[in-house]
Amino acid sequence: MNNSAWRTLAETMTTATMNPSLMSTADWRDFLALTKPRVMTLVVFTGLCGMLAAPGHIHPVLGFTAILCIALGAGAAAALNQWIEADSDGLMKRTANRPLPAGRMERQSALHFGVGLSFFSVILMGLALNWFAAAILAVSILFYVFVYTLWLKPRTAQNIVIGGAAGAFPPVIGWAAVTGDVSALPIALFCLIFFWTPPHFWALALYVRPDYAAAGIPMLPVVAGERETRRQIWGYTAIMAVAAFAPVLLGLTGPLYGTVAVVATLIFAVLAFRVFSSLELDTRNMKAERALFRYSILYLFILFGAVVADRWMFA
Amino acid sequence: MDQAQIQARQRARAKVMGVLLGAFAILVFAISIVKMTGKG
Repeated sequence: MNNSAWRTLAETMTTATMNPSLMSTADWRDFLALTKPRVMTLVVFTGLCGMLAAPGHIHPVLGFTAILCIALGAGAAAALNQWIEADSDGLMKRTANRPLPAGRMERQSALHFGVGLSFFSVILMGLALNWFAAAILAVSILFYVFVYTLWLKPRTAQNIVIGGAAGAFPPVIGWAAVTGDVSALPIALFCLIFFWTPPHFWALALYVRPDYAAAGIPMLPVVAGERETRRQIWGYTAIMAVAAFAPVLLGLTGPLYGTVAVVATLIFAVLAFRVFSSLELDTRNMKAERALFRYSILYLFILFGAVVADRWMFA
Repeated sequence: MDQAQIQARQRARAKVMGVLLGAFAILVFAISIVKMTGKG
């Protein structure tokens, strides 16, 4: 490189350093927020349970790496989701303070971060564990970004029914990281999360409906109304209950999981029935909906914890 | 946002990145040891 080229490079770098418009002004906490850490805890937990329930042994270092890859993959998908939805996030009270709509981060930084993290998580999973688990991880990221965020979410009220599959992959990935394949139990766990997603998400959608309406997102309460949403929450709770009992009915788990599943699902059903029978229209007074949403998260933690405990005790 | 604030954020990001890179190097080392000893 000659002297003038060096000078040009130095000038460019100096300009970038001195001109705030040419460099990222985001704090590292904004990058962390982009990964939706709170959502990630459930993803990590279900992935960990899938791994712990799988037959066979995995070295703790590799187990840690597998969970790290699942977490990073989920974080990458969340970052790309926020990059795509920056405009609509700005219209909703619940999401207006995210790094992009709040103007704390440039859009390009979020895109680079999301794409980079996606490749990093998949390649690390492939090299450290196996390429089958890496392929499922890649499919889950692509499904969340392209099928759910870009295709379904802005178009149909059934967006989270099909899109829920994206969140159902972690236990399958955790299992595949240990065994290198997929069998009946991880598929049953996939189905459990898949059918759990509609009542979980629609309970939230009922009391943040004005937000979704303002952003023009066709969530079920916005498109079909509250009565229909309550009816569908109740209907999907029944299907979810079948999915929750499937592992024990198919002989994939033992009596411990069966007992926990019956009790936990009964409580879920009671809360879902309260939502179904509620006539509340004021989103500020929707206590039953908030209770169902909160319990639904605990429910998944309880059931997946029971799967692991059961497999360790009876398998 | 003034220049000092931006530079403070850049420094904080660089520190976090340094820690993450260090942790990654340790992880790669540990994975390599596990793979080489045939325990993986």
